[in-house]
Amino acid sequence: MTAIALRGLSLRVRRRSAAVCAALVVATFAASVLSVGTGDFPLSVGEVLAVLAGQGDPAATFIVETLRLPRVLTALLVGGAFGIAGAIFQSVSRNPLGSPDIIGFTMGSVTGAFVVILWLDGTTFQIALGAVCGGMVTAIAVYLLALQGGGLQGYRLVLVGIGASAMLLAVNDYLITRATRDDAFQAAHWMIGSVNGRGWEHVWPVAAALAVLVPAALMLARPLAMLELGDDAARALGVPAERSRLALVFVAVGLTAVATASTGPIAFVALAAPQIARRLTRAAAPGLVSAGLMGALLLVASDLIAQRLLSVDLPVGIMTGALGGIYLGWLLFSGWGRT
Amino acid sequence: MSVLATPVPAERRRALTRAAGLPIAAAALVAVILLSIAVGAKSIPIGDVIDGVLRDDGSESAAIVRELRVPRTLVGLAVGMSLGVAGALMQALTRNPLADPGLLGIEAGASAAVVVAIAWLGLSQPRAYVWFAFAGAALASVVVYVLGSRGRAGATPVRLALSGTAVAAALTAFVYGVTLLDPEAFDEFRFWDVGSLVGRDLTILRDVGPFLLAGLVLAVALARPLNALAMGDDSGRALGAHIGRTRAFGALAITLLCGGATAVAGPIWFVGLAIPHLARAIAGPDQRWVIAYSVLLAPILLVGADVVGRVIVRPGELEVGIITALVGAPVFIALVRRTRIAQL
Repeated sequence: MTAIALRGLSLRVRRRSAAVCAALVVATFAASVLSVGTGDFPLSVGEVLAVLAGQGDPAATFIVETLRLPRVLTALLVGGAFGIAGAIFQSVSRNPLGSPDIIGFTMGSVTGAFVVILWLDGTTFQIALGAVCGGMVTAIAVYLLALQGGGLQGYRLVLVGIGASAMLLAVNDYLITRATRDDAFQAAHWMIGSVNGRGWEHVWPVAAALAVLVPAALMLARPLAMLELGDDAARALGVPAERSRLALVFVAVGLTAVATASTGPIAFVALAAPQIARRLTRAAAPGLVSAGLMGALLLVASDLIAQRLLSVDLPVGIMTGALGGIYLGWLLFSGWGRT
Repeated sequence: MSVLATPVPAERRRALTRAAGLPIAAAALVAVILLSIAVGAKSIPIGDVIDGVLRDDGSESAAIVRELRVPRTLVGLAVGMSLGVAGALMQALTRNPLADPGLLGIEAGASAAVVVAIAWLGLSQPRAYVWFAFAGAALASVVVYVLGSRGRAGATPVRLALSGTAVAAALTAFVYGVTLLDPEAFDEFRFWDVGSLVGRDLTILRDVGPFLLAGLVLAVALARPLNALAMGDDSGRALGAHIGRTRAFGALAITLLCGGATAVAGPIWFVGLAIPHLARAIAGPDQRWVIAYSVLLAPILLVGADVVGRVIVRPGELEVGIITALVGAPVFIALVRRTRIAQL
């Protein structure tokens, strides 16, 4: 444990967590540069760095700035958002399987998008809007249904979320078996999540939302750690349990909504990133920073492998599931972080 | 328990409720079964239903009853029962309210094998999928168990849940990958993936039935050791339960039950998840009662949903997998809101 004090602002940092976070930053940056460099017109690492520093030749600058950079940035931001949201949900629900599924958001967003795709034949923007609306409505409904008398209990929230998700899954199954094959195919494609063809118009909204939501999440990190000790202990330590939990769920849902709107639900990142990060840092407290970095790395690396190295046209969500699943399995197999 | 001279009143009341509830649930199940035989494209009066079940008098309604309705009802009964019991086992084993039988990777394994059967081998009948689904389910659950039970602590609930999720994610990615590259296979697969009893006859049940039965027997035998483990590994050990053995046999029973049910009807997710919660709400945490109630309540939901699915969009049908969740989930949410659900 190292204490950093800077003009009255003091921060206690675990050495191992800090080292892991630094390693994740380096790895993510390396994967991003490689990803920007590979494609139909390969660029060397030097050329990519030159463009990023503003000194590349016009052709390379065009390729990087209009074609490849927005896509990689989208993957970075969305991965980070899912990672942080997952860490918050797992901590609030005190369940290692916690993810935006818990509050029904994922299923709700899929239903919203399916309705737009299958019934209204909407544009990409309308699909994103439908997804966010569906997810938000579901999350609010689950939250209100789970509120009862003595306030919000984590356990009841989980059970109501299960019920709502099950119902919406049934609706989704209904929609997809009644649609024409091509429509159903498009819907299934959206559901997996993809960063194909993302431009700057996708990057800016996510970046703006994260600029607000990530600091909010980090400010709530301490109450989050206290809440893990139980409501009574948290209250004794001066943390208003109910209000903090509501704020945390709000931030996590916001992060999920923004991420889902821009790429579709890449569900597994939210579940795997915090778990992998926690096993690497061996920290007791929920590490929002490490989870966010892990999510970003997972998504950028998945995109790099799927699109650039294997050169098959698969949405990134598939590679994320495979890569994250295998990596988490390996971590468990090799006995890391016996928690 | 005989040490306690007089049970406290609240406990006695619960004992009464759960003893009285069992015959009520059984009666409801019988009613749902009769309804399932009577209702369909051609409605058959209850009198003819009972006649038709008892003897074949050569009439048209007897033929419908004996050849179509009874087999389908039996399949629904077996599938529902297996899913309910598998869910009760899974939740007791992992002590996680989010645990459904699919947590062991069973449904993902079955899906992956069925996708292989459709896309690479060109099979296109639910009957042909059965052994693929079963084999995939078994293989996946072995991998999950091995991953989850490494290390000194053995198969702890959290590790089991996480390894199940990891394997399921990788397999699901495989399913998506194959179906997205092969639209024909996707078209076929989306109908299996819903979960349905259409076209499942007694031959399927004859094939898979023995596995389901073995799983059920194993589940009943495990009720006592699971009760001992409910208070944590240390108290369980002190009460004489073999932790490793209980978990391994539990995983085997879940694989037999849920793998078999998924092989028959496709993945039906909600039954195994919700029914054990309801059973615990009625019967308390005692695993023996939870299993007894799951055996009765789960087929009520599944067979009942199948009946609703046959009626609701006549002359068409809605798949049972859709109706179970659509009808079951609101009831489940209402119950969660009203009652104090026993925590795991």
